Amino acid sequence: MAKTVQVVDDVTVRFAGDSGDGMQLTGSQFTDTTAIVGNDLSTLPDFPAEIRAPAGSLSGVSGFQLHFSSSDIQTPGDSPDVLVAMNPAALKVNLKDIKKNATIIVNTNAFDAKNLRLANYETNPLEDGSLAGYNVIQVELNKLTMAALEGIDLSVKDKDKCKNFFALGIMYWMYNRPIEITLKWLETKFKKKPEILEANQKALQAGYNYGDTTEIFTTRYDVKPAKLPKGVYRNVSGNEAAALGFITASLKSGLPLFLGSYPITPASEILQELSKYKDFGVITFQAEDEISGICSAIGASYSGSLAITSTSGPGLSLKMEAAGLAVMTELPVVIIDVQRGGPSTGLPTKTEQADLMQAMYGRHGEAPVVVLAAQSPADCFYMSIEAAKIALEHMIPVILLTDGYLAFGSEPLKIPKLEELPGIKINFRKDPEGFHPYQRDENFVRPWAIPGTPGLEHRIGGLEKKDVFGNISYEPANHEIMTNNRKNKVEKVADFIPDLVVEGEQESELLILTWGSTYGATKEAIRNAKLKGYKTAHAHLKYINPFPKNIGTVLNKFKKIMIPELNLGQMAMIIKSRFLKDVIQFNKVQGQPFKVAEIENKIIEVLGGSNGK
Amino acid sequence: MENKIDELVPGIKYSAKDFASDVDVKWCPGCGDYSILAQVQRTSPDFGERKENIVWVSGIGCSSRFPYYMNTFGFHSIHGRAAAIATGVKLANPKLQVWVATGDGDMLSIGGNHFIHACRKNINLKILMFNNRIYGLTKGQYSPTSEKGKVTKSSPFGTVDWPFNAIKLADSAGATFIARSLDRDPKHLQEMITRASKHIGMAFIEVYQNCPIFNDGAFAALTEKDSKPDNVVILEHGKPLLFGANKNKGIKLDGLNPVIIDLNDGKHSISDCWVHDEFDDNPTRGFILARFSDLPGFPTPIGVFRQFKKATYDGDYYSQIAHVKKQKGSGTYEKLMFTSNTWEVN
Ligand code: SF4
Repeated sequence: MAKTVQVVDDVTVRFAGDSGDGMQLTGSQFTDTTAIVGNDLSTLPDFPAEIRAPAGSLSGVSGFQLHFSSSDIQTPGDSPDVLVAMNPAALKVNLKDIKKNATIIVNTNAFDAKNLRLANYETNPLEDGSLAGYNVIQVELNKLTMAALEGIDLSVKDKDKCKNFFALGIMYWMYNRPIEITLKWLETKFKKKPEILEANQKALQAGYNYGDTTEIFTTRYDVKPAKLPKGVYRNVSGNEAAALGFITASLKSGLPLFLGSYPITPASEILQELSKYKDFGVITFQAEDEISGICSAIGASYSGSLAITSTSGPGLSLKMEAAGLAVMTELPVVIIDVQRGGPSTGLPTKTEQADLMQAMYGRHGEAPVVVLAAQSPADCFYMSIEAAKIALEHMIPVILLTDGYLAFGSEPLKIPKLEELPGIKINFRKDPEGFHPYQRDENFVRPWAIPGTPGLEHRIGGLEKKDVFGNISYEPANHEIMTNNRKNKVEKVADFIPDLVVEGEQESELLILTWGSTYGATKEAIRNAKLKGYKTAHAHLKYINPFPKNIGTVLNKFKKIMIPELNLGQMAMIIKSRFLKDVIQFNKVQGQPFKVAEIENKIIEVLGGSNGK
Repeated sequence: MENKIDELVPGIKYSAKDFASDVDVKWCPGCGDYSILAQVQRTSPDFGERKENIVWVSGIGCSSRFPYYMNTFGFHSIHGRAAAIATGVKLANPKLQVWVATGDGDMLSIGGNHFIHACRKNINLKILMFNNRIYGLTKGQYSPTSEKGKVTKSSPFGTVDWPFNAIKLADSAGATFIARSLDRDPKHLQEMITRASKHIGMAFIEVYQNCPIFNDGAFAALTEKDSKPDNVVILEHGKPLLFGANKNKGIKLDGLNPVIIDLNDGKHSISDCWVHDEFDDNPTRGFILARFSDLPGFPTPIGVFRQFKKATYDGDYYSQIAHVKKQKGSGTYEKLMFTSNTWEVN
């Protein structure tokens, strides 16, 4: 039977199954292949906090969403066009998210009485008509996989585990992608287990052939390559990009990289990733607790390393006392906070932007630090370098905010040449002549005098310092001078950061001001709203403390300012209090990023409705 | 590590003076900390390190002012965190000799977690813990080493908590040089400090220190001339455990029970006594020794309880780096970024 090929611009697929079904792996294989085929893409895994919830249960469903396109995209997509559901629970959990006429590929073998009960289905949705309107494709994944693997010397259980590759094969066929990239990946992965290798490869091939030969698949889709700027690319998650950024900063500065860290979701991958790079001399100290994570980093910074500590919200709280010490001793240290839903243990695998106030004001005393935020997974690479550069060149702690959405999400990073990246100047004090530990240069920066330097033996600590000389001082006037020095030093950083850029319609009455991971959804929403005739300006903050110098001028140009953020209005509060501006808040705290449509609808409401008029 | 400084750096001969900073020492008059500082300054020339390679890290408390008075690199940090900060200092630059000055509250209470983990990892640090069994800087609350029932400002009816035995704790946690000394025994303290400076691995010295303001005489029985002989047993490797005015008492080991014997009773002789072996790799005897200070009637041991060789965290970390570099070559930006999963857009 002839199969039709339909060219589409943009597709969102979601793979969903039990946490043991290998959905993250399947998703990332589809991603790698899609990247190499040349589409622009953005991904987001969604997994439960439990490592292995009971098989078949609703709480055990793990998902991986991929948005790919022949044009430039910024988000993993609002609603999937295709759902691959490995069992009833996966169908139930994901059905509410997918498009009304979406394609659903289901593993019918998993729809038995037990799994239906575990998913709280009273009747079988494949039979009761509740999926009318969807394009349901029923595949006997278990049975077909078993048949394809006949003759391979493996247990039934091991063979059954290959069914995700069968499903992947079907998807490769449907979206006209080559299977060779995954075949090759399997070869390296299972080099030492030839039976498993053969089984997975066969399952993948069989899935592909199944799409090609059976009559249930009538249409293939073609998504042409995107017109991306020339260059070499790789796909990176935010956590991976941050790790690469820190190593790059270490190469740029010539300083060894030290990470002091305690495992915490969703930041642990930074620790894991960096621990691989011993050939770069990276030291990853897995500390006994969060406090030791930052304290060891402060010690390493004192010794002359590029020192980092990675964490998430609860860990940031534990680090705050030591962050105060870093402020007082004016030592460079980067704290990367991968925000998650809080407070307390909250929603550890879900995203939120609710640590902004903590990063800005969460310390005891007057203790300003530099606060930065990355806007996309690939941007985590650049912002990690930037955080390191500011910390090192200004002898100051820097908090870099990312979040679970950026950390786990991925997108292509166009790999820059090393020379294209900004240099990082390190100036260890060597000369004992006239050395004073708290003598500042024109940017309020004190000298970095590391142990091992003859003649520079000196003492620092958490007690207030005498201006210039650095010995302990309890003088009232001196404390005020030093407090202002520390504040001025942070403010001076504004001379070294780029201006706030306004994109979109400069003449609009509405400016959408974003920070962090809301960038992508906002950008797409503005593009969509424009197609409907609603014109909006957009400015995005990557530098939060200090703000870019022109922010006041930018804010004054617009009649209305809207701030969408994944908290209850923290940036809005800062903007309101600092610039005495009225702000339209748009908040969401569901552990999920904004959907493009949500922001788009809000724009239409603000510009088209009576709101604000 | 065994080198004297003049062998390392011909021409440099330090004296105690070289290690005194120009900061006025501000402990209370009569505080035991003065003696500890003096003994450290006296022994520092024998550490075998140039002074710019020595770092003193401290937490918070009276003892933690220590780094200000040493003319080396110094870092007075925050309460309890000295071991964690010192770990970072050492790991980032293993050539440094890193010392921690701390107190019983700083190290065993708020800093307890960092302490046990630094011991467990056998990081190459030297921890000098001033134990005065009280909180001095906050003016007189009981500490984690205060004896049970102690009346203090925060325990007007006496404490109901049991104290830590720091030696037991350090040994169980994995320290590889475990010693105790007294502020009032300068010679002994000097010996302990010098030996700790030569040890490779986590060296822990508990120094009993008198706080004349808030806990005066806490260790008087161990330090006063007339009572010291009966209350202190000096641990020396290969020597029997003897104490008393004329070394007339000994300790023998009856199974796992220590027993005090009278060497003049005609029934016992010196050959019955327990002979101290500080290199014993079985911790059992060290543990029994450590318990003496908790046992009524038993003398408190001072000296090296145990010391042994074990791979250090920093040593192994850098060997691992060297090994990986040898296998893979040193990292470069190209190797970092242009991995097998890249693709090109033309
Ligand atoms: S309070 Fe006690 S320990 Fe502290 S300095 Fe005074 S005497 Fe020494």
